[in-house]
Amino acid sequence: MPDAVSDGEVNRLMRDLEAEAEAGGYHLNPDREFTCDLVRGLLANRERYGYISCPCRLASGNRDDDLDIICPCDYRDPDLADFGACYCALYVTADVESGKRAAAPVPERRPPPAERTRQKEERALVGRAPGTLNYPVWRCRVCGYLCARNEPPETCPICRVSRDRFERFM
Amino acid sequence: MQHVPGEDRGRVMLYALSTCGWCARTKELLTDLGVGFSYVYVDLLAGEERDRVVREVERWNPRLSFPTVVIDDATVIVGFREEEIREAVGA
Repeated sequence: MPDAVSDGEVNRLMRDLEAEAEAGGYHLNPDREFTCDLVRGLLANRERYGYISCPCRLASGNRDDDLDIICPCDYRDPDLADFGACYCALYVTADVESGKRAAAPVPERRPPPAERTRQKEERALVGRAPGTLNYPVWRCRVCGYLCARNEPPETCPICRVSRDRFERFM
Repeated sequence: MQHVPGEDRGRVMLYALSTCGWCARTKELLTDLGVGFSYVYVDLLAGEERDRVVREVERWNPRLSFPTVVIDDATVIVGFREEEIREAVGA
């Protein structure tokens, strides 16, 4: 584990993440030691890349290419639904948090690089399609929040991710 | 690349990330089993060395996910799958 990060920083980010998670109906993994190490990894990545990319995935260092794996990642919610935990297991469902159910191992859902490039091109095309709506509809790629307005919000009001995590939905 | 000395159960190679909890658990498991193995933290590599190791991992696991354990250049275990790892190293 990287040791450049202080315990104070780890505790601070952990507290912030926990408060944000609970406010939005999400839950951090109750295994404190494990979660602490993941938060340490997030801080190490922030130090290295300037953003908190997933500690369990290899980041490229290019924010645009890593956008889908900046925590919370694009894959968190489907993995919570299918396995009870996200890929790195920082987030778990309520029944896993309370010990009613054990989280299952989570296979990697992120597509390989060539597939990601193809999907990105597809999304760009959707964004250019002519519409008959008064406003474009934007979708948060992390939590699915939809809003009809000229631009996506600066921060997702539901899951707190930044504007560049939104895609054109309609 | 680092080597952890232990009982010879074939060439055991662990590709890991220094920030990942599941990679840490896999390294701990192999250490506890007393198996000799080598490991590399791919996120700490740079330049040509990183490219070379990334290609190496992709050959065994095209999704380039971690941890990836390769035994005797033949058996590949992706993820912290404790039973599969125990079985593969015969411990």
